[in-house]
Amino acid sequence: MSDTVLSVRGAGKFFPGVKALEDVDFDLERGEIHALLGENGAGKSTLIKVITGVHPRDAGTVSLEGQEIHPQHPGDAQELGISTVYQEVNLVPTLSVAENLMLERQTRKFGLISWKKTEADAKTALEILGLDIDVNRPLGSYSVAIQQLVAIARAVALDAKVLILDEPTASLDGEEIKTLFRIMGELRDKGLGIVFVTHFLDQVYAVTDRITVLRNGRLVGTFVTKELAQIDLINHMLGRELAEVSAHRHQDEGSYDGPARQIQIKNLGKKRVLEPVSLDLKAGEIVGLAGLLGSGRTELAELVFGTQKADSGLVFLDGEPVMLRSPRHAIRAGFGLCPEDRKQDGIVAELSVRENIVLALQGRRGWLRPIPRAEQQKFADDMIKALGIATPDSEKPVGQLSGGNQQKVILARWLVSKPILLILDEPTRGIDVGAHADIIKLIKELCDEGLALLVASSELEEIVAFADRVAVMRDREKVSELVGAEITQNSIIEAIAR
Amino acid sequence: MKINERFYPILATLAVLVLLYGYGIFEHRAFSDTYVLGALLTDNAFLIITAVGMTFVILSGGIDLSVGSMIAFIGVLMAELVTGFGMHPVTAAVVAMIVGSAFGAFMGVIIAKFDIQPFIITLAGMFFLRGMCFLINLDSVPIDHPFVSAFSGFKIQLPGRGWLTASALLMLATVIGGVVIAHFTRFGRNVYAIGGDRHSAELLGVPVHSTIIRVYTLSGFFSALSGVVFAFYTASAYPLAAVGVELDAIAAVVIGGTLLTGGMGFVLGTFFGGIIMGVIQTLIAFDGSLNSWWTKIMIGALLFGFIVLQRLITRSFSGMRAGAT
Repeated sequence: MSDTVLSVRGAGKFFPGVKALEDVDFDLERGEIHALLGENGAGKSTLIKVITGVHPRDAGTVSLEGQEIHPQHPGDAQELGISTVYQEVNLVPTLSVAENLMLERQTRKFGLISWKKTEADAKTALEILGLDIDVNRPLGSYSVAIQQLVAIARAVALDAKVLILDEPTASLDGEEIKTLFRIMGELRDKGLGIVFVTHFLDQVYAVTDRITVLRNGRLVGTFVTKELAQIDLINHMLGRELAEVSAHRHQDEGSYDGPARQIQIKNLGKKRVLEPVSLDLKAGEIVGLAGLLGSGRTELAELVFGTQKADSGLVFLDGEPVMLRSPRHAIRAGFGLCPEDRKQDGIVAELSVRENIVLALQGRRGWLRPIPRAEQQKFADDMIKALGIATPDSEKPVGQLSGGNQQKVILARWLVSKPILLILDEPTRGIDVGAHADIIKLIKELCDEGLALLVASSELEEIVAFADRVAVMRDREKVSELVGAEITQNSIIEAIAR
Repeated sequence: MKINERFYPILATLAVLVLLYGYGIFEHRAFSDTYVLGALLTDNAFLIITAVGMTFVILSGGIDLSVGSMIAFIGVLMAELVTGFGMHPVTAAVVAMIVGSAFGAFMGVIIAKFDIQPFIITLAGMFFLRGMCFLINLDSVPIDHPFVSAFSGFKIQLPGRGWLTASALLMLATVIGGVVIAHFTRFGRNVYAIGGDRHSAELLGVPVHSTIIRVYTLSGFFSALSGVVFAFYTASAYPLAAVGVELDAIAAVVIGGTLLTGGMGFVLGTFFGGIIMGVIQTLIAFDGSLNSWWTKIMIGALLFGFIVLQRLITRSFSGMRAGAT
């Protein structure tokens, strides 16, 4: 088994302010299924985009069968023999199944497309996967699972040498996943190299031969699946071997002694999203939410903030139930959320730093009572100074700041509106090390000022460093709650793996 | 067997056409004469030729507002070439169509390379070409040439009192050409793919830029051809001719069942759509008591109906896409 088909050496990719990928090696052999694992932001998708030419690489080499390649876009990579199937089906829903399979490869006679032959070819391509459907119907009229299989059929029919499956199982049910795994096995036996990205660890153990783990854009290691215990895998993914951050917050607790506001989450849940969760928070306390990707961390945050509507349970503030039908209600109640994907859900990139900062406060006051410009300016200037936001002035569009500074702007937005509870979802995602420390320091300071903080993070050392209590999530359920001295990286990992 | 959902809009178009035509025959005996059919094909020839080009543009998810001005500009240009430079009308037509295609290509390049809304660029094209008309000629001028008279005099007798004119024949040839390009070439299928989901089309290896450039070139070509037919048919050129034809062409495409957001539709549907608009006009002329503005009201109502119908059909699709994320 030393028949390497795809080899990546020292790959690097830098975005402004972030090293998305640094010095990563990756080898894929013919006839193996190779899992690519890591938390969000670990660099999995960046690595795939570098291999398939979506992003030009900034460092390193990618070679296919010993030949260095420089694909400019996914079409190039496809022609070279690297096919990718994405989580969201990247086919055209309005075209027929046959056309999706044969686009740009239709059989032609005298320069015109021969539909008979093209449809027959499409049927043949689907037969490989044991799929028997009417290829003339529009793709969009079929279920997502079938669309996904059509995407795989297309990838395989392209004489692929390397097949990259980027979270293909996210929208499939149990039976469909079994079918997919059977097909993956057959393709492996035919000599294809398959890269399988997922965050379901049981699936990794079900089908893969080897595992490569990335974290924070760096290679943690490549392992043989059979020889790697699940608990070690989780260790690698969450980065336990990092030295424990010295200043445990729960050791210097008690610096806040203002009014003790209580927030109680009681059996908050939503069908197919989150099993009912109960959790208490009080002012001046940081509660960490630990768990792997997809464990329900983000979902809990969204239910509390009203982004998603809960269908069971309630949230109480000082004993009074809070209506959480939309983020507006949550903001009125004094809740704030810094979302995980700040580009999409957090900042308004085109607006200036000042405008972004006053956004939530303005929302809370209602649009009929605009905040005077001078007051806005004061808020913005105060916050830029207090949080150390690196910007030449308060009028710069937020989109032009680095990730860490964008995150600080979102924090500032909530701070000026003086929230009671602030929920931070992955506050240090995708920001560089210096800003990382700043943010953690800020989180601690906020807490000392009497905020209740709920912080979801996939970085264990981070949670251990600042949390007074930790709720551990697994499979969309709260599985454990750790307090004070119980909070160690080991205990969290054990709770996740149990 | 279940009817393929892709055919729903064009079936609706056909149903409307049959209903309107049937109503016409029921109300006015003269409506069943081939004379009406021949007149429909001739009078709407330039509109349908333009609309065939517009079909490709809309299928790709774009829009071309310059076609009305293009028709006028091509007419004025030809008049100048024929009467001013003494060129033969056929040579002038070829020159005019090369100019029209080149201008379409120019807009296509800007739209594709700079990734600009086609609405804006073709709006600019619309103003530019209309202005250029006046630069060449301020007034209505006749195009006097034996060939032009021969063209407008050419007729094939149909059974009954009707006949097919040269304009109608050219239009029918254009429709057939459009069908072949749309359904039997890779370019045509790529247009559908881009209109259906541009991002996916790119990932599937469709050359998005060059396809978009060719789409606007094609629209330029067809609207220039339409300008030639219009000029020959009226044997004159007028800088203010064909004002608003771009909107009529869009209406014909949509009534013909093409999805305004792109990706689904048929060139043949556009032909029916153009004919439907003509039938409405004829019905109102036959009635005699109705103001001609009723044409607009009817077309407006039809558009409302078709746009809602499209939404209902695509909703099932987009619902499934949303589930994928």
